Amino acid sequence: MTNSFKDIEHTNLIFLIGSNPTEAHPILGVKMKKAIRNGAKLIVADPRRTEMADLADIWLPLKPGTDIPLLNGIMHIILKEGLWDKEFVENRTENLEELKKTVEAYPPEKVAEITGIHVELLYQAARLYASTKDASISYTLGITEHVTGTDNVINIANLAMLTGHLGRENVGVNPLRGQNNVQGACDVGGLPDVFPGYQKVFVPEIKEKFTKAWGVELSGKLGLTIPQMFDQAIEGTIKGMYIMGEDPLLSDPDASHVERGLNSLEFLVVQDLFMTETAKLADVFLPASSFAEKDGTFTNSERRVQRVRKAIDSIGESKPDWMIISELSTRMGYEMNYTHPSKIFEEIAKLTPIYAGIDYERLEKKSLQWPCPTKDHPGTPILHVGAFTKGKGTFKGVDHKPPAEVPDEEYPFYLSTGRRLYHYNVTTQYSESLTEYHPDELAMIHPKDAEKIQLSKEDKLKVTSRRGEVVTAIEITDRVAEGTIWMSFHHKDVPTNVLTNGAFDPITLTGEYKVAAVKIEKYRAE
Amino acid sequence: MKKMSDVTLTIDGKQIKVPSGTTVMQAAEKAGLSIPALCYDPELSIAGSCRMCVVEIDGMNNLPTSCSTVATEGMVVQTKSKPVIEARKMVLELYLADHPLDCMTCQKNGNCLLQKYAYEYQVKDTPFKENKHRYPIEDNNPFIVRDMDKCINCGKCIRVCDEVQGRNVLQYAYRGYDTKVTTAMDVPLIESECVFCGSCVAVCPTGALLEKKMIGKGQSWEVEKVKTTCPFCGVGCNFDLNVRDGKVIGVTSNPESEVNGRHLCVKGRFGTDYIHHPERITTPLIKKEGVFVEASWDEALDLVSKKFLAMKKEYGNESIGALSSARCTNEENYVMQKFVRAVIGNNNIDHCART
Ligand code: SF4
Ligand code: SF4
Ligand code: SF4
Repeated sequence: MTNSFKDIEHTNLIFLIGSNPTEAHPILGVKMKKAIRNGAKLIVADPRRTEMADLADIWLPLKPGTDIPLLNGIMHIILKEGLWDKEFVENRTENLEELKKTVEAYPPEKVAEITGIHVELLYQAARLYASTKDASISYTLGITEHVTGTDNVINIANLAMLTGHLGRENVGVNPLRGQNNVQGACDVGGLPDVFPGYQKVFVPEIKEKFTKAWGVELSGKLGLTIPQMFDQAIEGTIKGMYIMGEDPLLSDPDASHVERGLNSLEFLVVQDLFMTETAKLADVFLPASSFAEKDGTFTNSERRVQRVRKAIDSIGESKPDWMIISELSTRMGYEMNYTHPSKIFEEIAKLTPIYAGIDYERLEKKSLQWPCPTKDHPGTPILHVGAFTKGKGTFKGVDHKPPAEVPDEEYPFYLSTGRRLYHYNVTTQYSESLTEYHPDELAMIHPKDAEKIQLSKEDKLKVTSRRGEVVTAIEITDRVAEGTIWMSFHHKDVPTNVLTNGAFDPITLTGEYKVAAVKIEKYRAE
Repeated sequence: MKKMSDVTLTIDGKQIKVPSGTTVMQAAEKAGLSIPALCYDPELSIAGSCRMCVVEIDGMNNLPTSCSTVATEGMVVQTKSKPVIEARKMVLELYLADHPLDCMTCQKNGNCLLQKYAYEYQVKDTPFKENKHRYPIEDNNPFIVRDMDKCINCGKCIRVCDEVQGRNVLQYAYRGYDTKVTTAMDVPLIESECVFCGSCVAVCPTGALLEKKMIGKGQSWEVEKVKTTCPFCGVGCNFDLNVRDGKVIGVTSNPESEVNGRHLCVKGRFGTDYIHHPERITTPLIKKEGVFVEASWDEALDLVSKKFLAMKKEYGNESIGALSSARCTNEENYVMQKFVRAVIGNNNIDHCART
């Protein structure tokens, strides 16, 4: 996030794109509602009529996968009507001409046709967002999980720069992170192209710095992303995998492809709390300790580093993940002798400029938002104040690419997936309280579609895509549009991701969970 | 520029200057004096209904509630005068007249405001011998137990649900002596629009609203509270894990939490019971002929180490990949990527949620 949650509480306008905070980020939803109660306007772009859509001043129920033409259409109007922030664009950005050229081709009438949103609503949204001084954009998985995910992110930045909604309080572009420590896992180098602190593995001076610090020769070659790992496992070049705290078989798109990948491995190690779907395929299972059994830090969506504190001893023979990896490393001939996570953090701070000023002692008093380069730096609640990290912000026009798979005669429905309030990826399945309350997956289906196949509340629905099929209980509701089925992916009994598409965003390689084509029929037990 | 009108008042003989608009309650707090209150909460709108916070103010006939009285220039306030103490005792007697007084088995024991004030003001018995209400206990949801016999109608739950959570599930129903906090149509929470965030539980001064799973698991003084960060979503709320005898028995709010204050969602407040789930695997396992068998750490790590080293040798450094986790700590992710880069010798490290 460029800004902090506090700014969302005090903004005058929230533009929510593909984001359902009251379910996926409930306390942020609470803050947004507070802003709205205090008079903030709300624009929601979401194919589903979510709770926030109910509260919205303007709801834009766009067709799945049409975020880019929507934003291009809005920018088209802003430029045509002269509503853009000339001063900000002049002083802080470059390349406006390119953006102009791209969005020129998205007049409101054409955009209305692609997105299914009325021209009048496009005008209203564009005018309201551009003319509100303190306006912020928040978006989440909805937008990054499309094939065009990276383009979507670029386009949101385009819109914020065009209207000067960056680099000060109560504005900004706020990607909401899904899992609790996605931010931190990226920050400390859990990515194939960067060392901790987003320092590129292929830059010689950086490689040199880490080689020196770690005392071994390092590879400067880009590593594999998850989908590439599974592809290469099937091809036979990846032979072994070590998976910590993830269940790709349940949570990644195109589960049967993932399963084939895992089954092709010669050796699989899984380190987790539970016998997950992925763990069942392992050769060795290493029992890890939960967050309550260890010290450490998590970094939230607003770049806030906060302490995790050990409350109880490790259960049974389980051990914290850091300890298991260190012991394995030492056995393999590379000594890791960390006595406590604070020692690991010291090493992170030494090598990671954005974390350099943070230590456990400071965190004991107060959490800190990175970048925090020195011990006396107060942390950074707002990014890009005065200037962008890279100098001028560069506009980059992006064009509409339809989703990789759209409904056709054989698979006439859109399948859209997301998170539910009561569940959170996989761990919550092991919470007895949460499971008792919300035991079943309920696929959402529009009343008219249900009627067509004579589906009633108690019936089960069979959903089939080109990749697989699942049977699920249903909820008949007009919160989804006709022609769309909505499902979550929390339940191992209804592994929604056997349906989803393995097509990937060419840059981030994020799977396309959000849009797939499916057919439906009433399920009849044989 | 002259500062927008400060006012100076005297509380219990102490002079204090506060910005205009400050209430007597807030002014007293600023002066280091605490005034008892049951329905007042700094985060919520003012109800002024419990009458515990009454004070004496020169020139005023009755005893005004300090939470809703704005301080004015030259005001002289007594917070502990005899009439004030008497009035508070009377308030407590009225509450106790309709309260079960089963403190010794109540989960709220030691943590209850009504109990605390009854002790402080030494209100033991009550001259008001009215019939006590007897409502059925509501415990048909997995999260919250409502015992309306213990409700003192302070209305904090109603206000927090509406004003903070924006849910508006609760309201007052019925009249006079039968006034009761209910959902719309007086249905159980589970049939209402309640999302089980538990904010109402967090603000309830008595044992009327309780975390179901914590009942009978430990009394307030037996429980150790450890502040930590929620393991569920990227908002990063903080809360206290409640620990007794080496077991996490539940979660309570920690008001010092920077992101969320006392408020959480259902996952953070009620979802951490997975920690002690019986299906937790707590021994290393090695698969032999298709089935997992228990192993020692020594055996398991030895096998993994030998296997990875052999693969490196046979197929090269590029033949192994690893996934770290958006659910693990920064330290663990760091160690994992270091392991892949420095020990395996490639950059094949990624994690599932690349979003
Ligand atoms: S749990 Fe939350 S939503 Fe339910 S009544 Fe209490 S405050 Fe309202
Ligand atoms: S349930 Fe608790 S918070 Fe709500 S009115 Fe009764 S005593 Fe007050
Ligand atoms: S309590 Fe709820 S909103 Fe807060 S971090 Fe946990 S899951 Fe997210």
